[in-house]
Amino acid sequence: MNQAVQVPESADTFVTPDGRTVGPVMMDIRNIVLRFGGVTAIKDVSFNIMKGEVRAIIGPNGAGKSSMINVINGFYHPQEGEIWFNGSKRPSMKPYEVAEQGIARTFQNIALFHGMSTLDNIMTGRQLKMKTGFFWQMLRYGKAIEEETEHRAVVEEIIDFLEIQHIRKAPVGSLPYGLRKRVELARALAMEPDLLLLDEPMAGMNVEEKEDMSRFIIDVNEQYGTTIALIEHDMGVVMDLADRVVVLDYGKLLADGTPEEVQSNQAVIDAYLGV
Amino acid sequence: MYDVFIDPFVQMYSLPDFFIQVLWEGFVSGVLYSLIALGFVLIFKASGVFNFAQGIMVVFAALSMVGLYELGVPGWLSVILALAIMYALAFGVERWIMRPLVGQEDIILFMATIGLTFMLIGGGQAIFGGEPKAMITSEIGLPSGDYVWEPGGGIVIFQKLDIAATIIAGLLIAGLAFFFSYTKIGRALRAVADDHQAAVSVGIGLNQIWVVVWFAAGIVALVTGIMWGAKSDVSFALQIVALKALPVLVLGGFTSIPGAIVGGLIIGIGEKLFEIYWGGLIGGGTESWFAFIIALVFLLFRPQGLFGDKIIERV
Repeated sequence: MNQAVQVPESADTFVTPDGRTVGPVMMDIRNIVLRFGGVTAIKDVSFNIMKGEVRAIIGPNGAGKSSMINVINGFYHPQEGEIWFNGSKRPSMKPYEVAEQGIARTFQNIALFHGMSTLDNIMTGRQLKMKTGFFWQMLRYGKAIEEETEHRAVVEEIIDFLEIQHIRKAPVGSLPYGLRKRVELARALAMEPDLLLLDEPMAGMNVEEKEDMSRFIIDVNEQYGTTIALIEHDMGVVMDLADRVVVLDYGKLLADGTPEEVQSNQAVIDAYLGV
Repeated sequence: MYDVFIDPFVQMYSLPDFFIQVLWEGFVSGVLYSLIALGFVLIFKASGVFNFAQGIMVVFAALSMVGLYELGVPGWLSVILALAIMYALAFGVERWIMRPLVGQEDIILFMATIGLTFMLIGGGQAIFGGEPKAMITSEIGLPSGDYVWEPGGGIVIFQKLDIAATIIAGLLIAGLAFFFSYTKIGRALRAVADDHQAAVSVGIGLNQIWVVVWFAAGIVALVTGIMWGAKSDVSFALQIVALKALPVLVLGGFTSIPGAIVGGLIIGIGEKLFEIYWGGLIGGGTESWFAFIIALVFLLFRPQGLFGDKIIERV
């Protein structure tokens, strides 16, 4: 049943059909096992994420996709296995330490700061980049002002980019779902991450919103060169967006390869049709 | 009817100096209510925990300061050392109470603060003894005496200590307001208050934030303790007065610093006016319950308080 399709280990980089060069390996996930009590959510899964690619993680409900993102992000700590990031083995890390390494994420069920405005929400993404002491920030003096202006400029650029100028001052708790998803993406982008993890960025959206979001994801990848790993259910979207796809099922790796390879994989077809 | 609706106002008008005096006394106790409510708001904003121990923290901070002074430490140094003790307390609370309980239900954290209350009461009594102590005032640079103002033949007395208390409280509140709205830590703190998961995923470490917040609440507690202790004595009974912060919070909103201030002033001034001008009609002693009745009315008509977060309901 397990006929995993693999990109040859030897290849350091590869060229995508649309002509982008992807690689070398940025994150290497090796033999991850994650258990919750007696339940094993992830069973010995290995795959890698290459620099500059859009990597999709797909699979039926309960396949362990979100768990995988949470492992990468540091919310869960796997019982076995290793994560190599930028060529070195990563020790067990807390989520904020992972963020410091340049990994940003969004959440399946949107985790924004509801009482704060869109602008403030996105500004929290600049948190790690702010260096002046709190004393000067309090007095709004000298370097602190300069720095604040700098960060505001970055944030405004992202706001333009994601076309959310009109809700800049609105408290995010009052925004409709599709826009909140976009604000969350904006906050993650404000971190200027090397690796961006998107947990179902298009869940619950209508066709038009999905198209918008797909376009943003492609633009982020192309303009900023951000490496993206995303979980998605809509196969059409995945086939359009992703350079390579990992398929999980019941916590196991089912297939790994280009969208075409994965699509024609018998094990994948069986899992999705429930055979 | 006359006694309730007309007579009190006639009195206010005919003895304006006395009326001003009542307003001022109410204002001063309002400032103290605001301060103590502020301590609650800080921690509630950052962790959604109602810190039952805020009252005893006031007592503990003040006792540490006076206790150190009695050991022969100079006044100014005892203030700094008391701040250091509050920092140590903040650090300990984060390390041994908040951190192991992260992600637990709010009610469990609330119970933990009740536990902390009893630890501080027991520890405080073991170290400093149970009897009330006199607050040091002139030793730490607070003025004594009073200003007398005589408008048009009347007389109004302003205690210098009260004036100093008001100014210090004002500075403290302004400092905190700037800290929370303009600094990186302030923004982080508001973020943590809103969503823990989201906060850590943008790189905000919860541990550091909690230490900052508990220390800020500790500073507020020390200032409150000094001011309150100067008016009466420093004793463990003070922590009961801290419960007055509850109606203040209901009035002002649990998450709002301006709310704590305005709520405190309304309660402080309101209860004094009511006691002086209306209290006599129902036998006096109204100050102990007036605030709670006001809070009850607010709960009926505006449960989020004057300045609390808007309750946004999306179905």
